[in-house]
Amino acid sequence: MVLVLALGDLHIPHRATELPAKFKSMLVPGKSSTSYAPEISVSSGPFKFKEVHDYLKSLCPDMHITRGEYDEDLRYPETKTLTIGQFKLGLCHGHQVIPWGDLDSLAMLQRELDVDILVTGHTHQFKAYKHEGGVVINPGSATGAYSSVTYDVNPSFVLMDIDGLRVVVYVYELIDGEVKVDKIDFKKTATQSTH
Amino acid sequence: MHRSLDSNNLRDALKYSAQMLSELRTSRLSPHKYYELYMRAFDELRKLEMFFKEEVQRGFSVIDLYELVQHAGNILPRLYLLCTVGSVYIKSKEAPAKDVLKDLVEMCRGIQHPVRGLFLRSYLSQVSRDKLPDIGSEYEGDADSVVESVEFVLQNFTEMNKLWVRMQHQGPVREKEKREKERSELRDLVGKNLHVLSQIEGVDLDMYKETVLPRILEQVVNCKDEIAQYYLMDCTIQVFPDEYHLQTLETLLGAFPQLQPTVDIKTVLSRLMERLSNYAASSTEVLPEFLQVEAFAKLSNAIGKVVEAQVDMPVVGAISLYVSLLTFTLRVHPDRLDYVDQVLGACAKKLIGKAKLEDSKATKQIVALLSAPLEKYNDIVTALKLSNYPRVMDHLDAGTNKVMAVVIIQSIMKNMTCISTADKVEALFELIKGLIKDMDETPVDELDEEDFKEEQNSVARLIHMLHNDDPEEMLKIICTVRKHFLLGGPRRLPFTVPPLVFSALKLVRRLQGQDGDVTGEEVSVTPKKIFQILHQTIEALSIIPSPELALRLYLQCAEAANDCDLEPVAYEFFTQAFILYEEEVADSKAQVTAIHLIIGTLQRMNIFGVENRDTLTHKSTGYSAKLLKKPDQCRAVYACAHLFWVDDQDGIKDGERVLLCLKRALRIANAAQQMANVTRGSSGSVALFVEILNKYLYFFEKGNLQITSAAIQGLVELIMNELQSDNMTSDPSADTFLASTLRYIQFQKQKGGAMGEKYEQIKVAKV
Repeated sequence: MVLVLALGDLHIPHRATELPAKFKSMLVPGKSSTSYAPEISVSSGPFKFKEVHDYLKSLCPDMHITRGEYDEDLRYPETKTLTIGQFKLGLCHGHQVIPWGDLDSLAMLQRELDVDILVTGHTHQFKAYKHEGGVVINPGSATGAYSSVTYDVNPSFVLMDIDGLRVVVYVYELIDGEVKVDKIDFKKTATQSTH
Repeated sequence: MHRSLDSNNLRDALKYSAQMLSELRTSRLSPHKYYELYMRAFDELRKLEMFFKEEVQRGFSVIDLYELVQHAGNILPRLYLLCTVGSVYIKSKEAPAKDVLKDLVEMCRGIQHPVRGLFLRSYLSQVSRDKLPDIGSEYEGDADSVVESVEFVLQNFTEMNKLWVRMQHQGPVREKEKREKERSELRDLVGKNLHVLSQIEGVDLDMYKETVLPRILEQVVNCKDEIAQYYLMDCTIQVFPDEYHLQTLETLLGAFPQLQPTVDIKTVLSRLMERLSNYAASSTEVLPEFLQVEAFAKLSNAIGKVVEAQVDMPVVGAISLYVSLLTFTLRVHPDRLDYVDQVLGACAKKLIGKAKLEDSKATKQIVALLSAPLEKYNDIVTALKLSNYPRVMDHLDAGTNKVMAVVIIQSIMKNMTCISTADKVEALFELIKGLIKDMDETPVDELDEEDFKEEQNSVARLIHMLHNDDPEEMLKIICTVRKHFLLGGPRRLPFTVPPLVFSALKLVRRLQGQDGDVTGEEVSVTPKKIFQILHQTIEALSIIPSPELALRLYLQCAEAANDCDLEPVAYEFFTQAFILYEEEVADSKAQVTAIHLIIGTLQRMNIFGVENRDTLTHKSTGYSAKLLKKPDQCRAVYACAHLFWVDDQDGIKDGERVLLCLKRALRIANAAQQMANVTRGSSGSVALFVEILNKYLYFFEKGNLQITSAAIQGLVELIMNELQSDNMTSDPSADTFLASTLRYIQFQKQKGGAMGEKYEQIKVAKV
């Protein structure tokens, strides 16, 4: 079993000050009943601020980042794929996929990367969408940053519990100061993949 | 001597003890050695005292004994013996304690040699300590007995201090330093008297006020000795209770300006304030006392006088005094911001003409001074009311000034303080101006790049803490911030402009939401007005030049203007973005990202009329086809297809032009292949074709009649042929992409329904 933290579109310091304190208190190294220590974190999107980078790195050293539309840093790739257990994960911020946030177009990217789970962002709106080949997950903006695409952004992030052929996606959303949790189950059929 | 004590031989005992005590007549010993000798003699005298006591119990008259010891030949042994007998005499209660004490303290005048006299009196002090007539003590006599006791101790104290001070003149001048050090070691002998005074129950506040303190201060001031003054002032402050100090503050403080100029007054005063601060913190019940005696005014006054009188006091000393006073103020009068400001003002006054401080210790003290109110109030808004705060801060060197500014910002972040008016923002920017613009001639390249980044990022974060729900005030805040930021120079603007732009865009969105409510009212803040400000702000960024960032921000504004139904404004922002693209974005990679952002934004715009839209889409496709690398061209061009087919909008479903874009993309993909053939002798990957195939499928699904199943089938066959050609470069990722695409087609076929039917027409081989 692997716990994967997916978050993105922080836009610190351009559009937000920092991660919500409530989120920070949930995400601490070392597991307990109220906090989570993901082993892998995946992020997409603007990632300018070193402090946040270091914080996430301390939380979870195995960190994968792709480039957001405001990242000048060429160090981060446009897309990235990684294999966790029996799942193949793809990462892409999403500003490259036109129309933005369009699920059919994202599905095309998913076919291109040949992944079971595509983690994407840019719209600052949480979305989890199952389709023929897998899941597209947009964890939303962890800071609830301003977006030209989405109005009234709530801060949100996603934890994925990957266990065998099953992944449980937990969505944490901060609504009026309270953290709401949602759960989405996804099973992969063993025959479905050729890789 | 011991033998005679054992054999109860009084006469011999007196003779030998006098001999022993004669040793103390020496002048050859250093104070330190003399002290050791004295301690040994003291032990012997304890035994002798026991002996005298036994003698008296055996019936020897204590009065006779008192007379008898006076026959000793030399004065010093005689007085030691007298004190010893005196102790027994008091205990016997055959005469009032006060008379014996008075007699002894007078007799001790006989020794005027500093070291010998000091120790003799020290001995007297020691033997008499537990026999002072006091309230509740067994030696209590009439009402005046306490007064007499106090008089005795004070007299002994005064004489001892005189002797102690005179010690510095004993011996050769060249050893003065060493001697002063040794003298300093004997200070507790003198201080012991003050301790004794503080232990006397009968010394109540009145007596302390009327007699004890004035007499001590008189001696302290008159002795004109640096070591004694420093020590005794400090000792007085430490041994007597806090409430006494509070009630006699004026008298106590009055002595300070009269001390020698070299006395380290600041340390003593700081300790006094520290004690009083702790006293205030001990209980809220004592606070009224502070108000009643106007402690703040008195302390503040005294410090002012001391600073004024001691012109040579180093700046760090003066500042540390103000730090202590501020600590006191924050503890005792947390509600009196005017006091806090007054302290800062006094400090600023002292610093006038000093320009920047070079002294690192002084700098540290100023940082302490400025940090104290932040820590106390946890609220920068309070500190912003302190008019003298920036005045003090101005005296910090550039580096420390910045550190302090960062501390201020961190305090805001930590407490999530919202700064809610333009005036407060103005005041805040005055404090952190060291981060906002270049303050001095420090060459820019000397600054640490990482530090600079971090500082500017913290300024950027700060912008989100400046907020007011009232749009008018919010706009004022934005204008204030803008005014300061535009002075920041080319290195700062890329950090500071974006958060400002987003702060303004948030305001635009808020106004957009309120549109319905405010009709009819006089609206002074309109999105239009804000867009004008945004335009000018981003322009500053494009000039430096930071074209890529400016381009992104223009696009953000264009989209916001779109949402506000402001077509000309949105068009203008797009124009600016295109101009930057044409003239400033030169890097080919940057061009690829920029053109995708342009296409992505334009795709979402829905206010443009046909003409404007045509111009912009035409430009976009044109620039897409002009990218440097063929694959980049191809991808941008097929992305442009989405500009002509927008799902949600009825107006834009131009199947013809979608097809044109896709065909153009195919041509470019072909050209890319041919180029690969020529340059590398092998065809390039089929990846581009597969990507275009997916786009065909996309529009096919969307109901674009121009995209036919036949065309899709043709494209699949073309790809298959390519793959079978001999000189094909293998590209596993393209193969997988093709496989998953074909799998997808199969999947859609099996889905049934309208979509399945549609897909049935496409005949492709199974993989």
